[in-house]
Amino acid sequence: MSVRIGVVVFPGSNRDIDAVNALEVAGAEPVLLWHEQASLDGVAAIMLPGGFAYGDYLRAGVIAQFSPVMRSVRAFADDGGLVLGVCNGFQVLTEAHLLPGALLRNRGLRFVSRRVAIAAERLDSPFTRSIGERRPLRMPVAHGEGCFYADETLLDELERDGQVLFRYVRADGTVAGGEDDRANPNGSLRAIAGVTNAAGNVAGLMPHPETAVEGILGSDDGLGIIRSFVESAAERANAKPAEPVAVGGR
Amino acid sequence: MSTEFRFAVNVTPKPGILDPQGRAVESSLGHLGIDGVSAVRVGRRVELTVEAADESAARAVVERLASELLSNPLIEAFAIEAIGATSSTIGAPA
Repeated sequence: MSVRIGVVVFPGSNRDIDAVNALEVAGAEPVLLWHEQASLDGVAAIMLPGGFAYGDYLRAGVIAQFSPVMRSVRAFADDGGLVLGVCNGFQVLTEAHLLPGALLRNRGLRFVSRRVAIAAERLDSPFTRSIGERRPLRMPVAHGEGCFYADETLLDELERDGQVLFRYVRADGTVAGGEDDRANPNGSLRAIAGVTNAAGNVAGLMPHPETAVEGILGSDDGLGIIRSFVESAAERANAKPAEPVAVGGR
Repeated sequence: MSTEFRFAVNVTPKPGILDPQGRAVESSLGHLGIDGVSAVRVGRRVELTVEAADESAARAVVERLASELLSNPLIEAFAIEAIGATSSTIGAPA
């Protein structure tokens, strides 16, 4: 039986169906979770898709953290559950303080929608274990606020603790430079494209692996990430069968 | 009887945080023939009315709102400004 993975749908989410497709391609059973529901329907892992949750008003991702479903996602994550945020989902996770850092307006000020190359910093995480040696990974970005920011101390800590999961790279696989390097689409500090929390069970990235899972989409380089996530979720589901996550009273 | 207090919360990028909007504004100044302007920072201003027993209680609510929602403490600073109080009508005094 395939593993059930939740895809959270906020008002303004627009990559939810891409997430559903990618999870199906990777062999999972996607379950849509509406933002107003507190129940996570017993899913084994959760994906926060791209889009413009709550219109991105105030700051991208900030309003979403107060929704009923995010209270449950927070409890799920605190309990060690796997959570993957893509693009706006990454912004939601940083605003909810489930991931370190912040995502600022792109340094070039433009909304950037094109294909980029990234590479995994580590291949032993639940989100990268099935990528193999493929490098760089080519997939699209589509965002206006994707410039990863943390102060120097935090950046050093993230690198020291292995929390930097993906970096933007050039075609030859070398790490992208600063904002003047086209390989770094938004001027992210230290070319960081994705990070994990300290415990390693929550991850976010700005590029869209879920729209690069089949040759017909122009690239299937994202499938390794989605497959890693699905396989890790399945393992955990088998280790801990059918245990619904306890959530608060609301 | 509770009173309504009107506040503004001014949110600005912290010193040292790159502000691409400020930089864009600054780079356009030359086209206006203006020079001698520097360190442009673009933030946002949120005005709101709080009903509370007194001003310090109202301000405490705004402090919490400003730090937990209106600003991201990692990248933004905020300053709270009292605009006025009224005991009977909703909204800001003229």
